[in-house]
Amino acid sequence: MYLVVEQLLNGLQFGLLLFLLAAGLTLVFGIMDFVNLAHGSLYMMGAYFAATFAAWTGSFVLGSVMALGATLLLGIALEYVALRHLYGRDHLDQVLATFGLILFFNDAVRLIWGPAGLALPLPAWLTVPVQIIPGIYYPAYRLAIIAVALAVAALLYIVVMRTRVGMLIRAGASNREMIGALGINIKLLFTLVFGLGAALAGLAGLMQAPILTVQIGMGENILILAFVIIVIGGIGSIRGAFLAAIFVGMIDTLGRAFLPDLLRKVLSGAAASTAAPALSSMLIYLLMAIVLVVRPEGLFPAAKR
Amino acid sequence: MADPLLRVDNLVRRFGGITATDNLSMEVVPGELHAIIGPNGAGKTTLISQLTGQVMPNSGTIQFGGRDVTRLPSYKRSRLGLARSFQITSLLKDFSAIDNVALAAQAHDGHSFRFWGNARKEKHLRDAARAALERVGLGARAGVVVSQLSHGEQRELELAVALATRPQLLLLDEPMAGLGVTESARMVALLKDLRKEVTIVLVEHDMEAVFALADRITVLVYGRVIACDAPDAIRKHDEVKRAYLGEQHAVTRHG
Amino acid sequence: MMPKRNTSNAVAALLCAALVLLPVYSAVSGNIFILTLFTRIVIFALAAASLNLIMGYGGMMSFGHAAYLGIGGYAVGILATEGVGSGFIQWPVALAVSALFALVIGALSLRTRGVYFIMITLAFAQMAYYVASALSRYGGDDGLTIYKRSDFAGLINLSDRTQFYYFCLACLFGGLYLIWRIVNSRFGLVVQGVRSNEQRMQAIGFHANRYRLVCFVIAGAICGLAGALLANNTDFVSPAVMYWTRSGDLMVMVILGGMGSLFGPVLGAIVYLLLEELLSQFTEYTGLILGPVLLLIVVFARGGIMGLLGRMSRG
Repeated sequence: MYLVVEQLLNGLQFGLLLFLLAAGLTLVFGIMDFVNLAHGSLYMMGAYFAATFAAWTGSFVLGSVMALGATLLLGIALEYVALRHLYGRDHLDQVLATFGLILFFNDAVRLIWGPAGLALPLPAWLTVPVQIIPGIYYPAYRLAIIAVALAVAALLYIVVMRTRVGMLIRAGASNREMIGALGINIKLLFTLVFGLGAALAGLAGLMQAPILTVQIGMGENILILAFVIIVIGGIGSIRGAFLAAIFVGMIDTLGRAFLPDLLRKVLSGAAASTAAPALSSMLIYLLMAIVLVVRPEGLFPAAKR
Repeated sequence: MADPLLRVDNLVRRFGGITATDNLSMEVVPGELHAIIGPNGAGKTTLISQLTGQVMPNSGTIQFGGRDVTRLPSYKRSRLGLARSFQITSLLKDFSAIDNVALAAQAHDGHSFRFWGNARKEKHLRDAARAALERVGLGARAGVVVSQLSHGEQRELELAVALATRPQLLLLDEPMAGLGVTESARMVALLKDLRKEVTIVLVEHDMEAVFALADRITVLVYGRVIACDAPDAIRKHDEVKRAYLGEQHAVTRHG
Repeated sequence: MMPKRNTSNAVAALLCAALVLLPVYSAVSGNIFILTLFTRIVIFALAAASLNLIMGYGGMMSFGHAAYLGIGGYAVGILATEGVGSGFIQWPVALAVSALFALVIGALSLRTRGVYFIMITLAFAQMAYYVASALSRYGGDDGLTIYKRSDFAGLINLSDRTQFYYFCLACLFGGLYLIWRIVNSRFGLVVQGVRSNEQRMQAIGFHANRYRLVCFVIAGAICGLAGALLANNTDFVSPAVMYWTRSGDLMVMVILGGMGSLFGPVLGAIVYLLLEELLSQFTEYTGLILGPVLLLIVVFARGGIMGLLGRMSRG
């Protein structure tokens, strides 16, 4: 019982982190029609910034806030210097250029912080277990991640659905020409959206940092998961990204936790222990394959352009 | 009257709130040139696209040569002898004119899972392509890349590609769109010649051409057939005058 | 039309001659390193050429091509571990398994287009990577050492450096010849037609996806061959060969050399891997230079090296 609740919460927490990453990716794609492979690098930078600033200031919270600002600025700078030259280009060009950026960021991090990786220690008040239902405890920090990510998701929803900027964003996603015709400064809007996406990625990275080590390439695997989420959720759709992210987070976490035991009931011990790790790492890709067969446009596609 | 070559029954296609094809029924008999006219937005291209399978109808049936083809994908309809030209020129832009036509011939000459021989040296394909090009007056331009051809030549090439599939029914979506006076006259002469060999459905805005060529004319307004008759009868049809010629008048004034 | 291609053809011919004569230079100068380096380059050129078949000619932007390098390599490695040392068994299996994987992945991915296709091929290749990492019997994360190279019953000795180089070169030339035949065949014209205008090809009677899929499978099999060569070259195969950055490297080689030109990927592989080698002599942080160079190439130099040569001979 305890294990199930814990894994469910872990799945939710992982899913929400994935959402933060996928939301930025899908916003940038939906509005600028731009594929950014280096999104995972921004996630990594968020984590490195947080570890560094937290060490400087001695405060986890202050360090995190500074890291968030730093990733935002980095995103804006990146857009301004390099990426805006790639709008309207072939997706393949964008993929290659941002692939180049990944190579750059990985080696830049290695040069600045060294190859070893960093730790981001938590303050004491975040390490205590909290009793969520009688008899069941869950780490305070993971609960905090869930709370922050849910708050950000709600905020994002309000911004996109209820504000003027959000209206522009939605208009941009469904009709790029119209926005230009309204006389809105499209360049500024794009820069802002890209910065927002970068900050979301940075937030995901810095929140994940205390749980895993801060290391080079940490953004790459999770970026591919974000792609899977976008494929499942439907490209350009925030709602789709949210639902698919929770779904993928759950399946991945629960699969890794319980699949070995389940398999052991069906297969012999040796076969199960060989197949389980392979199968549980395949699980979400199999899920993606099923979605592709049933609904190639994704489960919750954005309104037609 | 002979059995129809093409028979459409109660075809419906909606796009969101708009009904582009509204319970439409029509027949095309072998050997005729059947024109479809109607004001802009009457659903002519949507109809053609459903006939050739680029767009699937919401309901209704399409029969071709007595066979129900409503749900067949476009490549299968092409094999049955249904060919189309596109209103907005749709060719292989980075291929030469003759390659475009030869591929159409190739599509109807057995399967193309042949990996070794040089397809550009298959004489019968090249000959067929050259014949189709000669037919539309592009014989001298065979080696030119499509993107280097003039707009008029591209329209003619559209026709050659359709012809090379040796169709029983040719669906032409505004073959004269954007053509100059001489080019249009050439196209009309060409169609006059072609109609002797193949059944044609012609969607066209150029009324002079339509009335000169058609055996029968179907008039579409808002996705519905309001009249289907011989050209002379259509000319005198009251509803057509109101719905269609009124619009035509407005268009002339704007233009 | 032909004279315009003179420069490109001359470069291709020179390239072939240089590749054939390389072992002679290596023997005369005593520079063994260059032979080792170029064996690697030739293998990657074959992989890049296979990617070019789907990307350049077929318009399918696969970001998961390195998966076949790994699958071909693991086929050889696993068979060797299980005591099957004959190349006559190992290599056909490597090709068949790669083709099969391509068939499944292709059938799924080709339901989509554009960016989706890029992301999905990437994701499936990453799945292959994780599965290989989970194969604890065959080394898992650490990879699998191959103690004996494929045995071809004495016809050829793959452990001999020069023989192995020529074997790889023969595979490359064979692969290029095959691709050249395919590109000009009926099948190849259809695939290129679909790249150019899918709707038109459907309208004249081609089932576009069926041709795409077969093309995808052929490319997968050729890359599987490159994987089998690579495993023999390093006497080792690990999940790292199919990590997604490897797929990115292959894409870069194709673009750098020039998509849709027969020798482009060979040139791309040579330039990219030599550049990487050269940079690594000066700094261990090659990405700091390679990354921005890549960005600049994308922004400023379209059509790759072959495109550049084409423009030179025209202008």
